[in-house]
Amino acid sequence: MTARLLLIIALAGLFLLSLLTPWDAVAALFAQDRALGLAVLVELRLPRSLLALTYGAMLGAAGAAIQALFANPLASPDLTGTTSGAALGAVVTAYLFGFTAPIALSLGSVAGALGALLLLIGLAGPKAETATLLLSGLAISALAGALTTLALALAPSPFAFYDAYDWLMGSLVDRSLAQAAFAGLPAIVTIALLWRLRQALDSLTLGEEVAQSLGHDIARLRLWVVCLTALGVGACVAICGAIGFIGLVAPIFARRLTGGHPGRAIAPAALIGALLLLAADLAVRLAPLGRTLPIGVLTALLGAPFFLWLVAHMRWRLAR
Amino acid sequence: MSLLVAEHLALPGRLHETDLRLEGGTLTCLIGPNGSGKTSLLHALAGIGASGRVMIDGVDPHTLGPGQRQRLLSFLPASRDVKWPLAARDLIALGGGGPSEEVYDDLELAALADRRVDRLSTGERSRVLIARALVSRPRLLLLDEPVANLDPLWQLKLMDYLRAQVRSQGQAALVAMHDLELARLYADRLIIMQAGRIVADGEPDALMKGADIPAVFGIERAGSGWRIRPPADPRSLP
Repeated sequence: MTARLLLIIALAGLFLLSLLTPWDAVAALFAQDRALGLAVLVELRLPRSLLALTYGAMLGAAGAAIQALFANPLASPDLTGTTSGAALGAVVTAYLFGFTAPIALSLGSVAGALGALLLLIGLAGPKAETATLLLSGLAISALAGALTTLALALAPSPFAFYDAYDWLMGSLVDRSLAQAAFAGLPAIVTIALLWRLRQALDSLTLGEEVAQSLGHDIARLRLWVVCLTALGVGACVAICGAIGFIGLVAPIFARRLTGGHPGRAIAPAALIGALLLLAADLAVRLAPLGRTLPIGVLTALLGAPFFLWLVAHMRWRLAR
Repeated sequence: MSLLVAEHLALPGRLHETDLRLEGGTLTCLIGPNGSGKTSLLHALAGIGASGRVMIDGVDPHTLGPGQRQRLLSFLPASRDVKWPLAARDLIALGGGGPSEEVYDDLELAALADRRVDRLSTGERSRVLIARALVSRPRLLLLDEPVANLDPLWQLKLMDYLRAQVRSQGQAALVAMHDLELARLYADRLIIMQAGRIVADGEPDALMKGADIPAVFGIERAGSGWRIRPPADPRSLP
C-alpha cells in the first residue's frame, strides 16, 4: 500500500512539474500579464500534461490487461499491433476519407485497433505461445505500417507525409483541451472498466479450466478486454499518435507490487504508465536538441533495449 | 438428499448423457482408459462447457459468484501449469478460504510457502495446487489425477488426508486416477468409465474382482498385480 501511495505522490509531483517546466517563460509571462500567463498554462501546458497522464495510464492498464489475458509478459498494445492498427484507422479516416473531426478520427482509430486485435486472436489463437503471439503481432504491425504509408501516398493532399509525420511518431505537443478530453475521457472510463475485470484476470493464473469452474465466462472476458483496450488505446492514438513500449514496461514493474498477480496489477500499471509518459515528456522538453523530439521516438529508444533485455532474461531462465 | 445431484450431463463428442449422485463423507475414485471421459465428467460437474443440471447441497452453482462458488466446489485440473510466477502462499490464497492455516501443516507446505511456484519441483507444485483446491473447504472436490507427479510416500499421505478430510467435514470427493491399487485402498466407491459413459459403479473390492476392469482396460490379473491380456486366439473362435 505504501508503494502505491508513493507512486501517487510521485505522479502528482511530476504532473505539477510538467505544468510548470520550463518555469522561466511562464514566470516572465506572469510578470507581464497575469491573464496571459494563466491562459498559456491552461490552454497550452495543461492539455499536454493531461494527455501524458491519461495516455500513459491507458497504455499501462491496457498492457497489464492484455498480458493477463494472454498469460504472457511480452504482450502489449504495441507488440500486438493494436497501436499500429489504430494509427492506420486514423490515417485512412483523415487522408483517404477526408474526415478530420476529432470524433471521426477517434472512431476510425478504435476500429483500426479492434481490427488488429481480432486479427491477432484469429491468427495466433486465444492461447498463443510467446513466439506465435510476437510473430503475429509483428506481422500485423508491419502490415498496418505499410498500409499507413500506402494510405498517405495515395492521399489527395501532397503534404500528407509531412503533415502526419509528427503525429505518427507520437506527439503530445499543441493539442487543445477539447482534444485532451477526446483522448482522456474514454481512457479513464476504459481503465475503470478494465480494473473491474481484475479478479477474473487473476483467476486465469490457474488456467482457463479453473477460471471457468469459478464461474468466469472466459469468452466474454476475452471480448471485454479486446474491446476495451481497442477503445481506450484507439482514442488516445487518434489524438497523440502511436507511443510504444510504455504498455510493455509498466505492467512488468506493476506486477512487482502485486506479488505477480496479473489482474490486480492493472491499477498500479496505470499509475506507472502515467509516471513514465510524464517523465518521458519532461525529458523531451528539456533535451538540448534545439527541436522537440517526438515522444514516441524517446520511448522506443529506451523501450527497445529493455525489451531485448527481457527476451534475453526469459531465454536465460528457460535454459536453466 | 445426496450432496451432489447431477442430471443429464453431456458434452458433445466427449460425454454421453450421464446422471450422477455423490453422498457427503465419501471418496469416489474415477478410473478408465485415456480418453474415456474422466476429465470430461469432472469438467461437466465443474460447470465447464457442458449441458445438464448440477445441484450441490440443493444449490445450483451457476447462480453464485466466484467467492461463494469456491465454498461449494473446487476443481483441480490435470495440468500443473501456473501462468505467473506467484509465491506458493499467494497461489494458495487464490483458493479463498480465509485464515485457515491447517492445510499448510497437513500438506507440509510451511517450508515452500514463500518460494515462487516456478522454482518448485513438479511434485511440490502439485501439492501447492492441491492445497489451493482444498483451502476453501468446498462441499464438492473434483480432482483430476491429484497423485500424478507425487512420490509413493506422498501418494499415500495425500489419499490418507483426502479420506480423513472428506469424512470429518462431510465433503464429497470425486478423484480421477490411474493407479488401480490406490483406488482400491482408498475409495469408498469406484466408478469405471469407457468411451464417454459410466460402465460400472460400485464397491471397489467387488469391482476389482469383477470382469469390468479386464474388459475396459484390456488387462488381466496376474498374482497381486496386472498384466497385458493376450489377444484372443483366432483359432479358438467358433
